[in-house]
This record gives sequence, C-alpha cells and structure tokens, in this order.
Amino acid sequence: MSARLAAAIAGLALFAASPKAMAQGQEFDVIERGHVLATVGDCVACHTAPGGKPFSGGLKIETPFGIIASPNITPDMDTGIGRWTDAEFVRAMHEGIGRNGEHLYPAFPYPYYTKVTTSDVLAIRAWLATIPAVRNEVVSNQLPFPFSIRADLIGWNGLNFKEGRFVPSAAKPAVWNRGAYLVEGLGHCGACHTEKNVIGGDKSDRALLGGTLGGWFAPNIGGDMRRGVGGWSNEQIVAYLKTGHNDVAAASGPMADVVTQSTSRMAPADLQAIAVYLRDQPPPQDEPTAKPDDVVMKTGGRVYATQCAACHTQPGSGVNGLFPTLAHAPNIQSINPTTLIRAVLQGAKSVATDPAPTGAAMPAFDWKLSDEQVAAALTYVRWSWGNSAPSVTSSQVADIRKALRKEGD
Amino acid sequence: MARILPATDVVVIGLGWTGSILAHEMCEAGLRVVAIERGPWRDTATDFPTTYAQDELRYHIRHDLFLRPAQETVTMRNNTSQNALPMRTWGSFMPPNGVGGGGVHWNGQTWRFLPSDFRLRSHLTERYGAKAIPEDMTIQDWGVTYEELEPHYDRFEYLCGTSGKAGNLAGKTQPGGNPFEGARSREYPTPPQQQPYAPTLFAKAALEAGCHPFPQPSSNLSQPYTNTLGMKLGPCTYCGFCEWFGCGNYSKASPQTTVLPSLVRKLNFEARTQCEVIRINKDASGKQATGVTYVDTAGEEWEQPADLVILCAFQMFNVRLLLESGIGKPYDPATNEGVIGRNFSYQTTSGVDAFFENKNFNPFVASGAVGMIIDDYNGDNFDHSGLGFVGGGYMGAGMTNGRPIEGLRTPPGTPAWGADWKRAVTDNYPSSYGFAAHGSCYSYRGNAMDLDPTYIDRFGRKLLRMTFDFHDNELKMSQYLTDRLAEIVQKMGPKQVVKHPRTGPYNSSVYQTTHLCGGAVMGTDPKTSALNRYLQSWDVSNLFVMGATAFPQNAGYNPTNTVGALAYWAAQAIRTQYLKNPGPLVPV
Repeated sequence: MSARLAAAIAGLALFAASPKAMAQGQEFDVIERGHVLATVGDCVACHTAPGGKPFSGGLKIETPFGIIASPNITPDMDTGIGRWTDAEFVRAMHEGIGRNGEHLYPAFPYPYYTKVTTSDVLAIRAWLATIPAVRNEVVSNQLPFPFSIRADLIGWNGLNFKEGRFVPSAAKPAVWNRGAYLVEGLGHCGACHTEKNVIGGDKSDRALLGGTLGGWFAPNIGGDMRRGVGGWSNEQIVAYLKTGHNDVAAASGPMADVVTQSTSRMAPADLQAIAVYLRDQPPPQDEPTAKPDDVVMKTGGRVYATQCAACHTQPGSGVNGLFPTLAHAPNIQSINPTTLIRAVLQGAKSVATDPAPTGAAMPAFDWKLSDEQVAAALTYVRWSWGNSAPSVTSSQVADIRKALRKEGD
Repeated sequence: MARILPATDVVVIGLGWTGSILAHEMCEAGLRVVAIERGPWRDTATDFPTTYAQDELRYHIRHDLFLRPAQETVTMRNNTSQNALPMRTWGSFMPPNGVGGGGVHWNGQTWRFLPSDFRLRSHLTERYGAKAIPEDMTIQDWGVTYEELEPHYDRFEYLCGTSGKAGNLAGKTQPGGNPFEGARSREYPTPPQQQPYAPTLFAKAALEAGCHPFPQPSSNLSQPYTNTLGMKLGPCTYCGFCEWFGCGNYSKASPQTTVLPSLVRKLNFEARTQCEVIRINKDASGKQATGVTYVDTAGEEWEQPADLVILCAFQMFNVRLLLESGIGKPYDPATNEGVIGRNFSYQTTSGVDAFFENKNFNPFVASGAVGMIIDDYNGDNFDHSGLGFVGGGYMGAGMTNGRPIEGLRTPPGTPAWGADWKRAVTDNYPSSYGFAAHGSCYSYRGNAMDLDPTYIDRFGRKLLRMTFDFHDNELKMSQYLTDRLAEIVQKMGPKQVVKHPRTGPYNSSVYQTTHLCGGAVMGTDPKTSALNRYLQSWDVSNLFVMGATAFPQNAGYNPTNTVGALAYWAAQAIRTQYLKNPGPLVPV
C-alpha cells in the first residue's frame, strides 16, 4: 500500500469515526469541569513522557515489580482512547479494568479514582475527548514474569482494593467533605504520602502519614503537630499548594511537579478544602526518639554553622519564601530521613510559579561533606530548636549516596 | 553566508542588567523578544552556589566569570602618539560575560547622580563661568533631567530592593541620609545594612570634621525583600565575596535574583546563549536596522531579522558594534567631529590606607556596598572657586572584603615576601583599613574609541582601540579628595596614614574599576551625541543603545543605578511613544 493511500484511509477512518465522538458530551460546562478535575487528578504528570506530547503516554513508571509505561489517553483512534465508550472509561476509573476486560496495574491509581462520582468521571472523559489526538503506540506492560501476568491483580485487588464511590460524612461540614473527596479521590495524595505494604498496596491504617517512593520520602501530610501539617494554618497549606511556597517551606523534588501541573492550577476553594481535611487527620501515636550523642551534636553543629547557617540561619528560622525554616518544620522531623539526606547530597530546587517565580535552590553537598558529616548535620538539625526526630546514621547516608550514583548512571 | 531565521519583534543584544530589563519590558508590551548573549547561561544555584562561590583564586585571580580576551579584547594607548597594543589579560577593568553580565559580579553600590550632574556644562558655566571648563574638556548636558529620571531610579531601586536611608524626601532633608542627594519620591525599599566597626568610627570622625556621613546605598540587602516582579531576595550574610563573585545567597540584586526567573516564564521570550552578535544589519537606506547577524559556537552565521534592535552589551562592545555596523559617524579627535567613540570616560579612584594599634576591624565581615560615606566633596556639592578643577567624588569607609589574597595590607617599607612580610600581614590584617574616594572622570577630546588599524579578532574584524589618559583636572581633583579623606582618617587616631591619590599616566594593568563610560553618548544635538534623550540612535530610529555608553561624562558615583534608571526611562519611551508611532522620538 502506498504511503499516500494509507494516509487517505487513515483520514477516512478519522472522518468516519467523528460522528461517534461528537455524540459525547460537548457542553462547555461539562468540558470545563472535566478540565478542572483532570487538573486535580494531575493526569498529565503520568500520561506524558519527557519531551512527549501531553497525555500521549509513554512515561516509564518504576514500581517495586518493574516498569510500567503510561498509556496514551489522547482521543487517537488507534493508539489512544478514541474508540473507548464512556462506560469503558468509567469502568477503568472505578474498577481498574481495561477496554478488553484486562486488569490494569495499580500504578494507575484506580484504588483512589473509584471514589470519584460517575458524573465527574464522565466530565473528565468529555474534556479528554477535546484535546489533540496524538498517535503514539505505547506498550504498557513491561513487567518481568510473573508480574507480567495481569490475572495476578485479581488477588491484589482482593487485598488492596475496595470498589465504591466516596461517601460524605454527615458529621463533618461540606468543606471537610469536599477536601476528603479531593484528597482520597482524584488528588490521590496517598499514592505517594501513604506507606505501602509488600505488594504495593496502601497500608490503610497509615494513610497520609508518609511513604517512600522512587528514592524519596513523601512526608506526613496529616494533622500531626510535629511531623505533619497540623501546625500549619489553612492559609499556609493553601499558599504552599498554590505557589509552591509559604513562609516556612518550599516544594521541591516530585512535589514541585505536582505543584506546577496540578495544585497551582486548582481553585482556591478546593485548596482550602484540602487544607481543612488534611489538618483534621488524626495523628498516630508518636514514636519516642532517643536523644543523640553529644559528640555527634557537636560535630553536626559545626557543620551546620559553616555550611548551612548562611541561608537557613543559625536559629534555623530560614528566610521567608527563599530558604525553608528548619525549626519546628514537619518534613525536617520526618521519621524517615530519606528526602533530607537526598536534599543535602544532591541539592534541591524549589518550584517556580507565577506568583513565586524565584525558584531558589539548595546546592549539592555530596562532593563536599562525608557521610558522617551529613549524618551529624542532619541529626543536629533534627534535634535543635525543639525539633525531635530519630538520628541519621552515616550508613543511611552512604546507602542513599550509592543509590543516587546509580540513578545518575 | 548567514542563514536567515524567522523574524521577531525585538532583538536584544546582551543579557545583562539592561538586556534583562528591556527584554522584560518588551515582553510585557506583548512583543516577541529574542535575546542574544555571547556568554553562557548563568543561574545562582548552578553557577555560583554557596558551596564554592567564595573562591578567590578561581574568580578574582583567574577571572572565572569574565570575558576571555581570546574571545574579544581591546587595544590600549594613552594618547594618539602611541601605538596601541592589545590587552591579553584584563587589568584596570573587568569586561563581564554571560547572562547577568556585570550585574552578577558588581559590589551593589546603588547611587543616584546629582541633579547638577545631568546638566553639567550648563551648571558649571552658570556658577563659575565658561572659563572654568578647560578648553579640551568636552562635557555636556545629558538631555534628560534628574527630575525626569527620578521615577525610573525609583523603579530600579525597588527592583533591587536597595538598602539605604533617604536624605531628601520630596525636598525635605532627612536626618541620617545624604543631604546632598536629589529629591526622592519615597524612602529606600529596605533600611540600611548594619555597619561594621570601621565604618562606624569613620562616620564619627567625619561628623567631627563637619561632614555629613550616611550609610552607602546598597543592593546587598539588609533584610528579606520581595520585589516588584514577585522575586525574593534574602538578607546579606556579610560573607565578603561580592565584587568579582556571584552571590549564592540570593542577597545581592542581579538579573538572576530580580528579573530573569520572571522573564524566562514568558512565552514570548527566547534567549540564545553562546551566540555572539557580530553586526547590526541595516536596510538599503541605512536609516533602519533590519536585525542582527550572529555566530554560534559551531561557527555558523545566523541572521535574526527584527523590527526593533536594543543594544545592551557592555560599554566598549556597544561602541564597537556601532562602529562595525557603520551606524553613526565615527569620532575624529583631530577635528572633534563625529559621535561614535566620542566622550569616552572612566572613573578617578583613589585611596587612603591607615594602620592602627589595638583595633580589630574583623575585615572578613564584609559586604560589597556596606559602609559609611560622605558626599560633601562630590560633584558641585562644594565651592570649586580657586581650586583649579571641577568635579568630585564620594569618599568613606566601605567594607567590601578581607579576602586572603587581595585583602592583605602592609605598611610601606615591608618586604614583599619572607618572614618579615608574614609578620607584617599578621600584625596588620585585623587593624589596618583601606578608605576610598570615588571621583568623577570628565570627558576630553583626546579620550576616545575607534577601530584599531592593526589588530583583529578571530573573525578578522578590527579590535576596538581605546585612547585614554587622566587629565590634570582629574589628577588635581584626586589629590584634593585624597587629602580631605586623609584628614578625616587622621581623626580616627591611626599610627600611620598612607595616601594613594590617582597619578598619571593611566595604567591599564592594575585594577581600578570597571566603570567605563561614554563612546555613544546621549544628548540634544546629533552633532555631539549618538543618541537622543531616549537612548534612541539619531541615525537609525529602530535602534536603542543602553548602558553607561550613553553617559556624556562620568560623575563621582558608581554607574549601575543610573544605567538602570536610563533603561527604564528608555523602556517607557519605547512602550508609550515609539510603539505607537515608530520613528525618531526627537526630530533631527
């Protein structure tokens, strides 16, 4: 078949298929709502490969079991979801089942999306039908055997997945329920911020208390006064999500992308609702932490004074909007120090947004400080100014140094 | 041959202070802007992080941030009877390079010129008569007044977050500020930096001498600040690595800390780095620029057509590009005709070293522009009758650094090496101090720039030739300022005072300052200026030229604030007048 003929047939197919696509929701308010909701869901983050067209898929997502490539969700007829019916789309979102009845891997966060109302799912569907179709074939399942067997997921779902829409709590105000709907549903905050069990399912009793993913520790975002966001005001949380910065903290690492693509574009009322809900999450029993050795504190104090204090200041107060506050900071007191170690070794670039364009960054210290020095400085920071968190050991630093080197290869 | 690129609305040549400001302003006006910069992209955390920015050997001795003379240099001579020779390593001035330009490695002194500075020839003639101005001194009025520039000074200072104390608010003298300054419409954005010990002692002595000390206006910030573009700056940490260095603490105002992160978010902005503009192209009439030609690192030539060209390179490279492009009549000192290369001026700096007993100044506690200053001997703030010179400068105790290579001061007679030198360094490091006077440099017929007849660059283009010497007026002024400064320092009770007035001839091999000015100056007469009062070329109306290049002569202050004010002044003229009706903003 000549290339021209192929193109003509492809064109014809598109033309012929159009009336069906046109039959779907075309009302502005539905499409607009779908856009807002797709932003909350941050669909673009996973469904876009680096340098690829938005929503055309191909991003390689690392899971504990291997690599899954995100599918193309543009309306392309052959490689996207152009031929999907609304019912198929809703089933995928609510049940984690693909167009041909196959089980989808939970890298696609259907355990969260199942809570989203059908009407909201259809709105997202309506909006996705309006974006440019991109031809991009993606082979999603790149997992090794036996994880490549999709039927495995029947068992997984049995243990980790509960199908069903969000049920508002009658005891809570509407704003709280809106926050809960967003956080537990489309926002899928727990996908990063909730600890996982050995097979990658959420530990439901540890919801939003922090989780490890892709070499980062996503901090506790529950109501814990010390390690969560319980000590922040609603305004501080809203400012953080809207601009990537508030007076004490800055988003960097994977959260920087979430701010850029999703939360900075969300409605202030929705961000307020999220703040209300997060701050109301009950804190867990705090784990008692042992006071570190005086020698370590002395070493750490010296490293802090010479390497850190110029920006973060000697009393750990930081500089509003520029250098995060360390004193009483929740992420500094995370039980798991992975992200802190990573930031010291590798540096960290805070997100730049229109209202906060500076995007200040912390330089890397891996070439300058030994494992012992990094561990001591972090231990010092985690035990000064009223902070309290487990000491950081030099072997923890060494492990992450090794992992980062591998990541860089 | 150059490959032709799709046209853009505006091309900006050089992405330093003025390039960043003009690019931002033009983007705000809705225009598509392409900025072409011959140096690399530079970002605070990547290129001068706090982890290694304080490296005196790398940045001060080995010139890491500066232009490499192999890429472009100038030839230098003191007068027309000499053969100019190329500078193969930088000396008395440091041409900047890369995104941010000189704004990366300046000290942060943020001065306004005096109202009388802007109408210098008129003012001096009115007060002292025409005869007080030497025959070969080619000073002239700027064509813009202080009052017209005031809102633009204000804009630049509020962009930077400058720390200082106003001395004149709307005509009312303010205690603690500079009583000689022109009227300000409002206070500085942030209060003055805290003064170290030596400046505090100097201020006391200056007060005893009947002078009016005040904190130097500084764009190393005293406190956190959010500027007009939403950019955040932090407080200066007094690390003492300011001039010659990039600031890793986000506390020195620079294009990186005040403009660029906002600019790069604009979809109508594009920067091309490591691309060197070699020519501004003109149409057949010669009266309109059609764009620029540049060369990338692969040696490929590209033509970037544009409706508007804004020349924002460093002073001498602006002059060279104008000469290379055949825009404006080259200046001929023999006939005093022509405008490109005319009125090239500099700065007349001098100093007083003092050695004390039982004092510890902690010289490493330093910041680029912190210090206590007097302005009693600047410009025409004092009566010049019978002094035999015009002009002046500020003087005082700045506290820029106590760096381990540069910051060592020993009394005269100390050997240059060995055990005695080491002992003298140890004894005098904490207890000696260098005071400075920062004098004006007026323009003369003999001080000019043109294309060198002999030396060429790597593209085969003629190098720029600099002809410069200090004249008697400046040397007398320097002696006078240095004497007054020494008198005040004497009141501080040192055991020894050593005066270093500027002496001739001009020596290009020892660092003085990077304040090169003029060469394509602004004015009211196309016969004596290359640019009109809006920094628009008289000859090519869609070309604007920024920077100290436009100064008809230099005042007794650091130029950056005036460069910034002129940039906003020109930007406003472009936005409110030129874009509505492209063409000459002042009839020729």
